[in-house]
Amino acid sequence: MTTAPSLAPATDTVLKADGVTMRFGGLTAVRGVDLTVGSGEIVGLIGPNGAGKTTFFNCLTGLYVPTEGTVSYRGTRLSRKPHLVTQAGVARTFQNIRLFANMTVLENVLVGRHTRTKEGLWSALLRGPGFKKAERTSEERAMELLEFTGLAHKRDHLARNLPYGEQRKLEIARALASEPGLLLLDEPTAGMNPYETRATQDLVLAIRAQGTAVLVIEHDMRFIFNLCDRVAVLVQGQKLVEGTAEVVQADDRVIAAYLGAPVDDNTTPDDAADPAPTAETPPTTDAPDPGGAPSADTAPDATPPADRPAQGPTGDTP
Amino acid sequence: MIVMTTDTTTTPARGLLPLPERTARLTTAAGALVTALSTGLAWTWSSDFPGDLTYNFSPAGLQLVTLVGGLLTLLLAASALGVRGLQWLTPAGRNAPTLLAALATFAATWFTLISIAVQLGGLINLEPGGLLAAVASLITLLGALALPPDTPGDTAPAGGWQRFTAVLAASPVRRRTRELPSWAEILIIAAAFAAGLLAFTYGIDTDDGAPFVGYLLFMVLAVPALNRAGLIARLTALTRNHRGVALCAAFLSAASFPFTQDTDQYTIIGANILIFATVALGLNVVVGLAGLLDLGYVAFLGVGAYAAALVSGSAESALGLHFPFWAALLTGAAASLVFGVLIGAPTLRLRGDYLAIVTLGFGEIFRIAMLNLNGTTGPDITNGAMGIPNIPNLEIFGFNFGEPHEILGIPVATYGNYYLLMILVTAFVVLVFRRAAASRIGRAWIAIREDETAAIAMGINSFRLRLLAFALGAALAGLAGTVHAHVVTTATPEQFQFAGPQPPNSAFLLAAVILGGMGTLSGPLVGAALLFLIPAKLDFVQDYQLLLFGIALVLLMRFRPEGLIPDRRKQLEFHETGQLDVPDQRLPDTDATLGVTKAKA
Repeated sequence: MTTAPSLAPATDTVLKADGVTMRFGGLTAVRGVDLTVGSGEIVGLIGPNGAGKTTFFNCLTGLYVPTEGTVSYRGTRLSRKPHLVTQAGVARTFQNIRLFANMTVLENVLVGRHTRTKEGLWSALLRGPGFKKAERTSEERAMELLEFTGLAHKRDHLARNLPYGEQRKLEIARALASEPGLLLLDEPTAGMNPYETRATQDLVLAIRAQGTAVLVIEHDMRFIFNLCDRVAVLVQGQKLVEGTAEVVQADDRVIAAYLGAPVDDNTTPDDAADPAPTAETPPTTDAPDPGGAPSADTAPDATPPADRPAQGPTGDTP
Repeated sequence: MIVMTTDTTTTPARGLLPLPERTARLTTAAGALVTALSTGLAWTWSSDFPGDLTYNFSPAGLQLVTLVGGLLTLLLAASALGVRGLQWLTPAGRNAPTLLAALATFAATWFTLISIAVQLGGLINLEPGGLLAAVASLITLLGALALPPDTPGDTAPAGGWQRFTAVLAASPVRRRTRELPSWAEILIIAAAFAAGLLAFTYGIDTDDGAPFVGYLLFMVLAVPALNRAGLIARLTALTRNHRGVALCAAFLSAASFPFTQDTDQYTIIGANILIFATVALGLNVVVGLAGLLDLGYVAFLGVGAYAAALVSGSAESALGLHFPFWAALLTGAAASLVFGVLIGAPTLRLRGDYLAIVTLGFGEIFRIAMLNLNGTTGPDITNGAMGIPNIPNLEIFGFNFGEPHEILGIPVATYGNYYLLMILVTAFVVLVFRRAAASRIGRAWIAIREDETAAIAMGINSFRLRLLAFALGAALAGLAGTVHAHVVTTATPEQFQFAGPQPPNSAFLLAAVILGGMGTLSGPLVGAALLFLIPAKLDFVQDYQLLLFGIALVLLMRFRPEGLIPDRRKQLEFHETGQLDVPDQRLPDTDATLGVTKAKA
């Protein structure tokens, strides 16, 4: 245990999920998950595909109403209406980017300011000084955020025309516009190249430096372990482990969850007998999945555990 | 074979006819000149043909269309020939607009001459002037057909149709070479709106039947010609720089329409167009901004009309009240607002299709309820199918709207008064639309339309905002309904149907919004004007009216899905054009950043 995680809960808790369970009919997608995020903390949430990470996110933000359990933000229980959750100070991004594609970059961020402005229809129709002032402040704040994320020069572009990496950034800027105390990022680096991933990493650190706690779902292990003070592992809807990067990386159960059970004696003869097919088949099945050469970061989660018994340990050692 | 391939790759793209480029241009220009001059001669000897084309040296009726077309073609051709001082006419394409203008002139001229021959019985009815016009416009067209495409493709298009579309293809608008002073830009805007008023007034004043069809043919081809030339893009850019001036110019030119009319024959059409357009703009708040499909919108116009009819002193009104106009106006708007909230509150929790079905039902329920509140099948409130007739004319400060007046020394007919009143209502609705759209509320509406889940996640209370849009749209329709009741002087259930041959119905309203351009200010206004004018003028095709209308809609949606006056967003959505949305002045900026990223890489 390093100092960061032990310090963080002591200061004060931003988010506290208590026994969150989400059932869809007979399927339990999330089962009794407890999670806390302290202020100024970056917490990672990892787990194989279908582990219930995004469902858990949706429970936190009110898009789903959890079957059991409570979610509270800074000590008060969060509403079950998503727009009130955002108003309370929890903002999020989406796994598959959900920008307002036909609005400009600036307008997207201005929409994010919705909960922090009050001007209603009458104010818009009468255009009093209050309205103009509020619009100006909103725009200034939005421009600050665009500067912060490095999109200021694209303010008048339509969001749909931005390159992928910038769309991700814009989504973060839009979420930040609601002045959240906690930012939930759902796979912020999915589909990014290593250069963009590093830039996102810096961005998240800069967000934390501004005092916003971050909870991030990610499959890129290097990104998670570089960034997060604490990592929770979700497997089949349940929290398996929670701790620092070292603790999680060293945990056998995590490796098992991602890559299948440790290779036992019954598989070793096969490996010894014909190493050639196992060495050759994985790259061919693997090739369409990640962009280029299979890297250690992205490979483990991209393929189901059963497919690749041989490569598992080698992929994880660095 | 080898010769052929090298031939196709090296020679510049040809026009549709094999003529040298310069010859083609000169032919076009000369033909256009002669076409224009030919309108100075008599085309027929008999004044039986509408418009009376029998005078020498005095173009009339459809000859004016040919004259304008000939001059337009001549100017465009001269600009393409490189005549100094005319370069501003073609900031985008040169040849495509010339060809379209020549085509428009040819179509209008030949249509006129053929209908003269058909209506009066034989070619014998054509005077030499008419024959000259026919030959000259044909030569113009042939010359224009030989012009090469504006943007030569990499490979010569193979098929005839491909070559045709290549010749008509649009080309990007060039950057402006010099800036005009502000007053000159304002003058240009004023001139453009004046020209628009002239064209519109000519259209509204033409006789039904052949002359209107000729006018329509010409406009359908000439407006794309101006568009291909890049003039419309230029004008749009100018109006964007001077929004206030452009709005003033638009309203001044719209308000001056009744002063050009001596009788009520066309001012009533004008007043009805404004009512229709105002309701369409109200619907645009609901459909265009908030993305709620409302198929029963005309019911809110009906609620406003009935509410106003009940309180405006009609002898048959069950209430027997006679409110002053402002109170009736507020009553109409408030009644619609109440109904909007009543219908919206339970249904706006639904998404998409369900809402459309509920609104469709509401529209019909309203109409049938009005039919049944007749004293036998229900309480006697609306007088059933008879409606509430004899709504007295408005009188504001002793100004009776039912009588002709002289305003500024110019006589204005009865419906001209209502037209002017309606201009004020339209201006109010335009103001509401503009201000609502460009605000926190408007952005939230667009966000809901774009992606409701993301909008909710951004803290937008989607139900409340949708209800707000619905109620605002309803109130605006109620406002227009009040004036509608006074203009038609009766409120009957049959005026407020889902679909029918007469414009104010839900289907036509929706069509006006979509045809004009969803989410824009001027789109629904233009769409509504066309949708009202064309059916009103094409009375003679009565039986086929809806069929033709349907075909026109299908064609428009096929070739211009974003509407006549597209929202910038929509235009980009339907035509993937890469980075064309980048505003002019920011182009070098992005180039610089591109360079930087390249340098970094």
